[in-house]
Amino acid sequence: MSAYILRRILYAIPILIGVNLITFLLFFVVNSPEDMARMHLGQKRVTTEAIQAWKAEHGYDRPLLYNDAASGLASLTDTIFFQKSVKLFAFQFGSSDDGRDIGYDISQRMWPSLAIAVPVLMVGLAFNISYALFIVFFRATYIDIGSVVLLVAMLSISSLFYIIGGQFLLSKAFHLVPISGYDQGLNAWKFLILPVIVGVIGGIGSGTRWYRSLFLEEIAKDYVRTARAKGLSERFVLFRHVLRNALIPILTGVVVVLPLLFMGSLITESFFGIPGLGSYTIDAISNQDFAIVRSMVFLGAVLYILGLILTDISYTVVDPRVRLQ
Amino acid sequence: MPDPLIQVQSLTTQLGDPSHPLRVVDGLDLHIQAGETFALLGESGCGKSMTALSLMRLLPPSGRIAAGVVRLRDTDLLRLTEAEMRKIRGGRMGMIFQEPQTSLNPVLTVGDQIAEAVRIHEGRSRAQVAGRVVELLRAVGIPDPEQRAKEFPHQLSGGMKQRVMIAMALAGDPELLIADEPTTALDVTIQAQVLRLLKDLQRQTGMAVLLITHDLGVVAETADRLAVMYAGHIVETAPVADFFANPAHPYSRKLLESLPAAEKRSGRLAVIPGRVPRLDAVFHGCRFAERCASVMDVCRTRTPAWLEIANGHGARCFLWDSEVAGEVAKAAETPHGAVGTASLSSATTDAARSDERGAPLLSAQGLQVHFPIHHGVLRRVVGHVRAVDGVSIELREGRTLALVGESGCGKTTAGKGILQLIQPTGGSVRYRDQELIGLSNRRMRPFRKDLQIVFQDPFASMNPRMLVGDVIGEGLQALGIAKRRADRMRRVAELLDLVGMDPEAARRYPHEFSGGQRQRICIARALAVEPRIIVCDEPTSALDVSVQAQILNLLKDLQARLGLAYLFITHDLSVVAYLAHEVAVMYLGRVVERGQVDEILDDPRHPYTSALLSAVPVVEQDKRRNVIRLDGDMPSPSHPPSGCYFHPRCPQSFERCPHSYPEEARLSETRVVSCHLTAETR
Amino acid sequence: MPLIPVILWTDALVLVLLALGLTFALYASRHEHLRDPWRRVVRSRVGVATLVVLMAYALVGLLDTVHLRLKQDARPGVEEARYSPEVLSLLDLALSGLRERQEKTYSAPFATHLFVKEAIDQPDGTVVRDYPRLKYGGAHLENPARQRGWDIAWRSLLGAVKGIIASGLFILGVCWLLARSWGVSLIEARDRILAGKTQVPWRTALMTLAALLVLSSVAAELALQYHVLGTDKVGEDVFYQTLKSVRTGLLIGTLTTLVMLPAALLLGIAAGYFRGWVDDVIQYLYTTLNSIPGVLLIAAVILMLQVYMSNHADSFTSLVERADLRLLFLCLILGVTSWTGLCRLLRGEALKLREIDYVQAAQSLGVGQFSVIARHILPNVMHIVLITLVLDFSGLVLAEAVLSYVNIGVDPTMNSWGNMINSARLELARDPVVWWSLAAAFLFMFTLVLAANLFADVVRDAFDPRLRQASGA
Repeated sequence: MSAYILRRILYAIPILIGVNLITFLLFFVVNSPEDMARMHLGQKRVTTEAIQAWKAEHGYDRPLLYNDAASGLASLTDTIFFQKSVKLFAFQFGSSDDGRDIGYDISQRMWPSLAIAVPVLMVGLAFNISYALFIVFFRATYIDIGSVVLLVAMLSISSLFYIIGGQFLLSKAFHLVPISGYDQGLNAWKFLILPVIVGVIGGIGSGTRWYRSLFLEEIAKDYVRTARAKGLSERFVLFRHVLRNALIPILTGVVVVLPLLFMGSLITESFFGIPGLGSYTIDAISNQDFAIVRSMVFLGAVLYILGLILTDISYTVVDPRVRLQ
Repeated sequence: MPDPLIQVQSLTTQLGDPSHPLRVVDGLDLHIQAGETFALLGESGCGKSMTALSLMRLLPPSGRIAAGVVRLRDTDLLRLTEAEMRKIRGGRMGMIFQEPQTSLNPVLTVGDQIAEAVRIHEGRSRAQVAGRVVELLRAVGIPDPEQRAKEFPHQLSGGMKQRVMIAMALAGDPELLIADEPTTALDVTIQAQVLRLLKDLQRQTGMAVLLITHDLGVVAETADRLAVMYAGHIVETAPVADFFANPAHPYSRKLLESLPAAEKRSGRLAVIPGRVPRLDAVFHGCRFAERCASVMDVCRTRTPAWLEIANGHGARCFLWDSEVAGEVAKAAETPHGAVGTASLSSATTDAARSDERGAPLLSAQGLQVHFPIHHGVLRRVVGHVRAVDGVSIELREGRTLALVGESGCGKTTAGKGILQLIQPTGGSVRYRDQELIGLSNRRMRPFRKDLQIVFQDPFASMNPRMLVGDVIGEGLQALGIAKRRADRMRRVAELLDLVGMDPEAARRYPHEFSGGQRQRICIARALAVEPRIIVCDEPTSALDVSVQAQILNLLKDLQARLGLAYLFITHDLSVVAYLAHEVAVMYLGRVVERGQVDEILDDPRHPYTSALLSAVPVVEQDKRRNVIRLDGDMPSPSHPPSGCYFHPRCPQSFERCPHSYPEEARLSETRVVSCHLTAETR
Repeated sequence: MPLIPVILWTDALVLVLLALGLTFALYASRHEHLRDPWRRVVRSRVGVATLVVLMAYALVGLLDTVHLRLKQDARPGVEEARYSPEVLSLLDLALSGLRERQEKTYSAPFATHLFVKEAIDQPDGTVVRDYPRLKYGGAHLENPARQRGWDIAWRSLLGAVKGIIASGLFILGVCWLLARSWGVSLIEARDRILAGKTQVPWRTALMTLAALLVLSSVAAELALQYHVLGTDKVGEDVFYQTLKSVRTGLLIGTLTTLVMLPAALLLGIAAGYFRGWVDDVIQYLYTTLNSIPGVLLIAAVILMLQVYMSNHADSFTSLVERADLRLLFLCLILGVTSWTGLCRLLRGEALKLREIDYVQAAQSLGVGQFSVIARHILPNVMHIVLITLVLDFSGLVLAEAVLSYVNIGVDPTMNSWGNMINSARLELARDPVVWWSLAAAFLFMFTLVLAANLFADVVRDAFDPRLRQASGA
């Protein structure tokens, strides 16, 4: 078991190196630092001095891979690759284009992200599982057919409309909660209600439909017939036998996204003005702040791999059949 | 006659679209007395499992009971509410299923699953339940029940799981136990254990058993009475002894005659032509008429009524109708007399016998196939699964070597290793003085032509996206034998004819054919490249008995005509007795005994061979042996026991067995045994 | 020549896609195992109804894919023919009325006046702040307040009648064709269809078609005089915009899969079939790509593309070409983020298939590795490819909207539902709300995605052998 986890962690290293190389290629080789400087400074008629000054200010004035000017180890370390890419491995994200410490910003902004993402996940999970069980209990009746149509319709609606609709109904039409904004500490709750409701409703279509098909797949299995042959009631079969088995893919599906909750939701946060990592990323994209985008790419990859490892571990916990080697 | 325990009258069960239903059970009548074992016998698709599920009212969602009465003592089961029926299920009627692998909930411990049944039907307190669970596990012969109750199904072997299923069904002290093919998925030695257990339990509890099976041997050994089912209804009911002595229905007779056995070696097996009729059709006349050898005009126009022939022996056939009695005497003779033309094959068998000690076509020496086990951070190889661990065999022209063993003994891997479809890790395979192991794909190609294979599953062995003609012609194309399509198609037509199929089949897709026809096509594909050796990997075990007979006949004919050598991999000893010239018995990756077929079957020397032979259920009472009980299951090939691999289960093991693997002892020119006992007595 | 055709990059790819689709259809019609599942699709009522809707969208998209430049009026003295720099599509020409009737700024659906007050010079010289009349919307009415309702009702009725006549004729044509192919009289064919007893549910198909025809005929009739869905900030007709957006949505949904397909097929099958180090390398590749959050990867690439484009602005001859190239790159990068799922599925299937008996039989017959892949593996994984293709479509259409909202989607100058939503949401704060752009985008997107989702379900049920067994047994 521990050997298995160790091996998975070791396997993560080449993947992170790969991610790092891809980002390096994208951000520094496809377009040179000059190109970036020119774009930031406003396209045409930019003096070479201005470009040099911008590069020096943001630390892009080094050579890409090898520094002839420096000596010894510094000829490798005093380069863009080392300063901007390799240091990510130590979670040293450097500073953004407007001079703020990215690492500090991330540590501040992940909490509001979590404050939305965790309740959305939990409430959504509880609701979707209950609803799916309800549908499956009444399978092949009009409740089932109607619900499936409703679910397909719900998942055919873009998430943007859920947000716009939610804001319009609850905030604008009925003035129940503020449209957007955020507050420190416990006062944040009234700003969180709407995004959480919207997030949950937006996920019902795909979530419930998936769980329904998982339940139906389990119900067709032989052990369910055995359970019925014992004389168990349908409710008992559903809750004790089917639910337990279907929970395995459900839970492991949840575990894989757990670490990524830190990253927040791009759209929701920027719509509701929540100062989380999602809106941080969006702002960085629209301000073309590559330092932040680069950091978030790396952070996202780390969290994704963490999710994969956690998933493997969670399998051994919830599924008695899996013993890792 | 006392009142029956369960009485079924004109039960009709339909599947699928109500406007166009499949009548899987169509007017079925039967009754079972308390305490008896009643067997429902039939080939696949005859509706026997659906009958069982109808009795339990556990039909799949698309099924429904359209008519009939099912009476358990005084209770009309079909009129009960679902809640009342639930009390019957697992209470007065228990059921066990064919696939113990999938029939248990994988995430609950076996103790929990049995406890559920105990709680509903016995209403005991929590503390008492645990005790009862252990008691039940002990009753079904599970060693160390306290510990086993805490284990999950995947930690138990197939036989153990089936015992757990039985324990679960016993929890409600049922009056009737329905066993739906309870041993089909198990090996013969395990089957013998489970059947014995069922018998013992029946004696102790006095419950009745409805045994659903396709295996005539199992019926003969375990049942008191039986019913033969065909196309949704029962065609014959009889006490078991009567049935095997005097089968009344032509279908029953054919079934018995199509069973392979040693004394039928010289002839062809009886076959039933055609296929089972579709159950969505409306029948006029007898359902078996199209395939019946004694068919009369009346069979096609009138539906035969149920006729009582002797006490408790009845059939649905006009042969026993006094109105057409004139024809009975004449017609009843023919099926018995039809043994087929034996002259051709027996002549060639003798011819083959004369050069049986000639140089082998192919010889494998110490063949090994080991699969590495990786472990730890760096995935180092920490051990090997010794799937095949030193197998030595020889194949001769026109001869059949049967490789016999239970599932997991490595017989299929050995076959594929010989063909280089799996790279062997050691030993040698010599074909006509050429070493095959280690040849590159390109250098192996010339030998591919001579070495072919036929697989077990006729449904997985043909690409569903290819026309039958292309399937058969693939080898001709790949090996450059017939490069032009027209040549190829001409050859394909010849081959189809050779295996007894219409050459028109070349233009159709595999799914349009039945299992037996597909297996013929697969044989044609192997024959296309004119091989010398064919490895037959359980080619008939997925087929019904009557279809199996067709394939066995075909294989035998082909051998006689073309002088093929067969490596026949099987677990079925009756097929071995019928077809093989030599036998090699495998246990845990090694051959424990090999020799001429009569030597092995009549006078087994290795204790494993004896146990295996004794476990096979046979129809003839006088041939029955005392079952030698083997304890436990076959160990894992990754950790074989020390010394003789068989010693932990061997009833005759002694102090030398755990210390060294016995040397091969040559008992005669043809006979080799690996056992310390033989070495001792010699 | 009065026009010259223009073939943009995406147009060329659509042509490739069409050619592939036709080849596949031809191939499928000759092979029973491929024809059979499609037969199941067209025999399902949901299948044909959604198919008709999807075809309608596809027609709009295809019309919008044929691009050309019109010849300009020859100026005296210039011999050489001159072509307008503006690239138009057949759809633009068909809707040229809508395209050209541009108002000043926002106006509500069916409005006759602008949405905002302006200073209007009165004939008597005074200036009043009021809602001015629209230049085109309802301009034919003398007294809009009184006449508008009746006019709209009358025109709707007219449109409906025209639509009913058109669909009646069309249905008659189909009936006649069917009657011929069945070899029965026209009346007999009509009765069969009306009774709903045909194998292909023609009744459902024709009803859906008639409903679509009547709806579009009503819309067309009204659109002649009104802005049916209002106008946007610069006064452009929203109905026109949303029709133009159809092509963008369809392209993203289909081209993305097309560009990722070769990589996914090749790598997935290679990994599963050859195993060993090939498998290790390919698995590493897709795990690495997968571990970068999709949105961020898209953002990074699109940002880089923007930098590149703004620094090389001269190399693009027209805005349309530039927007088109950006769309192509968006499809490419969406493909890069989404091929891993299909690749993993194919790898798993190839792993299973390489052990299956018929592959082993082929090996024992000495068939070469690549023949085995081409003849045995590839045809037996195609159903997975097809199912993925239809299942991914709706997700990609929805993704376009979100990406455009984050400004990493299609070019801002390109018509797309995402861009419509993006520009409309800024106006949500207005009172009263400017809702019609949102409603239009919602309506058209929802219809497309719903139809695609329902269709995908039917296709999956028909092609997935596992599901087929479950329902057939």
